[in-house]
Amino acid sequence: MTTTIDQAAKTAQWTKKDLLGLRELSAEEIQLILQTAESFREISLRPIKKVPALRGKTVVNLFFEPSTRTRTSFELAAKRLSADIVNISTQASSLSKGETVLDTVRNLEALKVDVLVIRHAAAGVPHLIAKRATASVINAGDGAHEHPTQALLDLFTIQEKKGRIEGLTVAILGDIVHSRVARSNIWGLTKLGARVIVCGPPTLLPPHIEELGVTATVRAEEALRAADVLMLLRIQHERQEAQLVPSLREYRLRYGIDRARLAPAKPDLLIMHPGPINRGVELDSDVADGPFSVILDQVTNGLAVRMAVLYLVCGAPRVDEEESGS
Amino acid sequence: MKKSPVRDLVMSSILIKNGHVIDPANKRDGRFDILLDRGKIADVQPRLATNGAKTIDATGKLVVPGFVDFHTHLREPGREDKETIETGARAALRGGFTTVCAMPNTTPAVDHRGVVDFIRQEAQRLGLAAVAPIGAITKGRQGKELTDFGELFDAGCVALSDDGHPVADGLLMRRALEYATVFGRPLIQHAEDLALSAGGVMHEGFVSTTLGLRGIPGESESVMVARDLALAELTGGWVHFAHLSSGKSVELIRQAKRQGLRVTCEATPHHLALTHEAVEAFDTSAKANPPLRTEADRQQLIEGLRDGTIDCIATDHAPHTDWEKDADFDTAPFGISGLETALGVCAQTLVQSGRLSWSQLIEKLSAAPARLAGLEAGTLSIGVEADVVLIDPAARWTVEPRRFISKGRHSPFAGCELTGAVSTVLRRGAEVVGA
Repeated sequence: MTTTIDQAAKTAQWTKKDLLGLRELSAEEIQLILQTAESFREISLRPIKKVPALRGKTVVNLFFEPSTRTRTSFELAAKRLSADIVNISTQASSLSKGETVLDTVRNLEALKVDVLVIRHAAAGVPHLIAKRATASVINAGDGAHEHPTQALLDLFTIQEKKGRIEGLTVAILGDIVHSRVARSNIWGLTKLGARVIVCGPPTLLPPHIEELGVTATVRAEEALRAADVLMLLRIQHERQEAQLVPSLREYRLRYGIDRARLAPAKPDLLIMHPGPINRGVELDSDVADGPFSVILDQVTNGLAVRMAVLYLVCGAPRVDEEESGS
Repeated sequence: MKKSPVRDLVMSSILIKNGHVIDPANKRDGRFDILLDRGKIADVQPRLATNGAKTIDATGKLVVPGFVDFHTHLREPGREDKETIETGARAALRGGFTTVCAMPNTTPAVDHRGVVDFIRQEAQRLGLAAVAPIGAITKGRQGKELTDFGELFDAGCVALSDDGHPVADGLLMRRALEYATVFGRPLIQHAEDLALSAGGVMHEGFVSTTLGLRGIPGESESVMVARDLALAELTGGWVHFAHLSSGKSVELIRQAKRQGLRVTCEATPHHLALTHEAVEAFDTSAKANPPLRTEADRQQLIEGLRDGTIDCIATDHAPHTDWEKDADFDTAPFGISGLETALGVCAQTLVQSGRLSWSQLIEKLSAAPARLAGLEAGTLSIGVEADVVLIDPAARWTVEPRRFISKGRHSPFAGCELTGAVSTVLRRGAEVVGA
């Protein structure tokens, strides 16, 4: 971490009950999370991967949409901080038949939990719950709205690999319109001073996206030439059914990343992907597993970032005090 | 026989003194006294003697005809948990609406005489606001087969509509417009191209992009308006467009009116007052169909009201239960509870801002919708039922949905401070809402 970020973060205090999105965070709060994550990263390298920071706290992973990676990452993060964690996975469709989302949450609140980690297919569900719940709410992805911990781990990874975020050009390529990862990253990257280019076919670029302070282009080569970091997004098969792209083959030919397409890119380009990868659609295996790729570092860093977020929303004492005491 | 308080009052006369009377149908706009006798308007003069009548002092108040809402959802029969004819009619009176036209998207739909009779009888039994039913254009509002138009009009329907849904099939809409010419009553189109709006929950724009919500472009409305204007031209039928939201629709209708087509339309207080920015923070009380749109659209709606392109203001009062609205934005139903805020919102947005005079606003809320509905209402003409509203144009009040009479206690205006309030309402000469 650079000194500037350390200094900025030291002046920031975490005051929020919830983490709903990066839109609501200041640059200082984002840096505070990244700095806290930095100090937690080392825990996962120890032979005994556990600290007592959140002992006695109860975290619920409340996932209304299937997820393996994010749920596992939050679960391990909670366990490494000694919190108790309960996983609840349920389909939104079964809820719509009877109990409402708020009914589910009221029941959990009655069980006196401390943190609700929420994933839902509909945008705004974590906000709805956060307004009613006394427990802290962490948004683990809501519809096409935000996925703040994914963006935070992306920022952490860029910071780690490039030594800075400010002044970099980050190209986000793919299905921007349906992507909560893109939205959270746009907020986070622009707040930290990066230049953001979003790229994809016009049908996958949301209206008025440039009002967020980003550049939009439909030409992949243009984005690739300028990029220090290339973030790829998953292209889902449903998009073809909705006629947003004529076919996945057509998408691959114009926007898929393989070695040949990377020819004009900067030699120190970073390639990121929030996973899961559609190999052979948005990304070829030789690139996904190649030297530019930091995809597995993202996963590793995700754990530290989620530990930091759980720690901060629980209002625990500052990390350095805790560390010196243990 | 048990006497209702309304009946007692009907027998006595009431003199409304010292008020500023605005009666656009009779081109009155000034200081007049109004005598009500046996439930009717008996006299309107610059000065009237008391002669033993009960007196209401209207000093500082506007005295205007009872409002007529051309677009209300009363939910009964079928969804009495959302609203009943009684709660809806009481809420209407509170808002100054002495007549409401009830939309047919009930269960069962208002697609045959039995349902029309039920609604009219229930409204009559209650003796609150007058309820004029609107029948469905197609059976079950399914968009497949036409209802028996003649039976519905004979039973007392003032217009037909599949509101909530458009009549999507172009041929069916053509036949409906053609056939309806016999009756001289309008077909109300909920203009929406369902393919363009599919899955959408708010206006498509910057706010929908940042919230990650599926957008509904203004074109989903204007495309349907354009089609139906072409069909109106083809058939000579009378099409009325419900709840306009997009500036482009206003432009198309303005042209069509210039061309002489038989076309009318309405706008709601919420589309006249708010934009899609009201949805920020996922506020489901601002979720409406059609959605709240941009400031440019809003300005074009106001301009349409001013130049007569938009005939009237209608509430599209669409009550829902608290628990339904207390959901995520995708799940929460579309609709705003509008009867009790309409006057205050319009006074604040249109009159206080200088865009409309009081007289123009009152016209859009009373005489104009009454004309569209073909009802003898919305005027203070001598001999008509004495439905009179007193407005305190200077009263400041705060919208508190919890205190609504309607069962729909959701409003994007919650907490707004408004200037201009309904202070007294007389229905058939009886004071039903007091200061």
